[in-house]
Amino acid sequence: MPKKRSTFLLSVLCFGMAFLYIPMFLLIVYSFNYSKIVSVWGGLSTRWYTSLFESEEIWSALMLSLKIAIVNATFATLLGTLAGLALARFRYFRGRTLFTGMISAPLVMPEVITGLSLLLLFITLGDLIGWPEKRGITTITIAHITFSLAYVAVIIESRLSGIGETLEEAALDLGAKPLRVMIDITLPLLAPGMLAGWLLAFTLSLDDLVIASFVSGPGSSTLPMLIYSRVKLGLKPDINALATMIILAVAIGVLIAGWILIRQQKQRQRDAQLAGTE
Amino acid sequence: MMTKPTDSALTASRLNESAKMTSHRQWVHVVDNFFQSRWKGLSVAIPYVWLVIFFLVPFFIVLKISFAESLIASPPFSSLFEWSEDAALKMTLIFDNFAYLWEDDLYVKTYLNSVKISTISTILCLLIGYPMAYAIVRASGTMKYLLLLMVILPFWTSFLLRVYAWMGILADQGTLNSFLIWAGIIDQPIRMMYSEFAVYIGIVYSYLPFMILPLYANLEKLDLTLHEAASDLGAHPITVFFTVTLPLTIPGIIAGGLLVFIPATGEFVIPDLLGGGNVLMIGRVLYDEFNSNHDWPVAAAVAIALLILLVIPMMLYQHAQSRQINN
Repeated sequence: MPKKRSTFLLSVLCFGMAFLYIPMFLLIVYSFNYSKIVSVWGGLSTRWYTSLFESEEIWSALMLSLKIAIVNATFATLLGTLAGLALARFRYFRGRTLFTGMISAPLVMPEVITGLSLLLLFITLGDLIGWPEKRGITTITIAHITFSLAYVAVIIESRLSGIGETLEEAALDLGAKPLRVMIDITLPLLAPGMLAGWLLAFTLSLDDLVIASFVSGPGSSTLPMLIYSRVKLGLKPDINALATMIILAVAIGVLIAGWILIRQQKQRQRDAQLAGTE
Repeated sequence: MMTKPTDSALTASRLNESAKMTSHRQWVHVVDNFFQSRWKGLSVAIPYVWLVIFFLVPFFIVLKISFAESLIASPPFSSLFEWSEDAALKMTLIFDNFAYLWEDDLYVKTYLNSVKISTISTILCLLIGYPMAYAIVRASGTMKYLLLLMVILPFWTSFLLRVYAWMGILADQGTLNSFLIWAGIIDQPIRMMYSEFAVYIGIVYSYLPFMILPLYANLEKLDLTLHEAASDLGAHPITVFFTVTLPLTIPGIIAGGLLVFIPATGEFVIPDLLGGGNVLMIGRVLYDEFNSNHDWPVAAAVAIALLILLVIPMMLYQHAQSRQINN
């Protein structure tokens, strides 16, 4: 490869990574700033962390968000796995086209539309059958499940097409009933995909501002809603401290996951080499 | 006759018992059969029903309200279906809301501006993301995974906080202005916040990973022998890129481009926090129409119009997605 192009690629890569990481780095640096004005340096301090931990509002918003995220991730994984199975393994069923459309649309639907339409649904239902009486944690969770399950379904579907059907066919040829094959062969193969789906659904829920603001009611502010209402009016140093905590938690999680992946990859390469030398 | 009465009673009770067992077995068998034959239907039905109730029906409600009349009441719109005296369902469609959107310059301008901003952002993402994806594909072993992780990591952190980070950088007293003044490039801070420039930066920053990942997946599968063949035949690297690599990665470009373009067009947080009142984007107008003006029919009409605008890109995306999974 000619050297000139490599330099070009390398410099764009460095520029891109700097572009992605410098803002986060600055966010972290300014969280240790003593000054009340975020962008003016006033010496090193951890006072914003103290005020963050003492803020009851932030804690209760965080707890609400975590509750919604866990319930959402669990239900979205269950429903999304069923949907992904249906898409990848059941070739023909009535209304398949509509089903495919309803799975892929939430992935690209603008959040404002999803939020607005779900709110109008909840209001209409409230008028017609008296449920939901008031909007809050339940309506936010339902809204989150609806868009998260589509993401899970896509992960499961692509994993199933990646695995192929040979193992399942072998079990069927050996006389196992389809349901047995599903429980003993397909689901264990899907476990990593389901875990990935759960984590993605969890993060999507924890991250959502727009849909939650539409379908939430008075008194139930999720963490993103609280952050938004504070930063709307300008920079807030305690939000920098909160951001630092979140970035650290995510970085640690991703690094652990990455480390496991790389180790697996190396193990596989070693196995392949061993198999080659024998 | 050898059989004693007691024997026959015994046989009868045995028969009875075995009949009971058969009926029990039969029952288990029926349940088993039911699941063996119905579990597929059931496992499709559960997510299906969920999506119909919480995804499909809401759209028809939005569609219905977009044709309703605005009222000062709760809920603030007129009923679309009314039972007239002869008990026939009468439907009143009011196109006023759509006519209003069309006649009011603001909405047309906002639509065009949203499309302009998301198109330019998509191109910028492609220009930065393509070389990055290419460089990652060419990196070796562990480095490749590390770089991929670095691209994915921002995706898992809070979107809102990443937009917030730019508020600190672009503010009048922000990091970028302080840096430029310190470096002697400018004397006075430049106003960067609350402008289209800030919105472009926010969108490119937030959606760059969505561009890189599909491109990476596409480039990763490329057959490198094709490049070697082209080079061996004397093609200049730039010619090889434009005649071999680029045409082969069009599916990745389309997938990545749509993943940036579609959500960027309806974006709310970025124009709201970084663009302020100066940048007109449709997602923000919809949000304000609903939450501040309480004009639900107009908000619903804006949503339907936005959907019409995005329906073709969305169908393109679905088509690309299903083709990729089938391959």
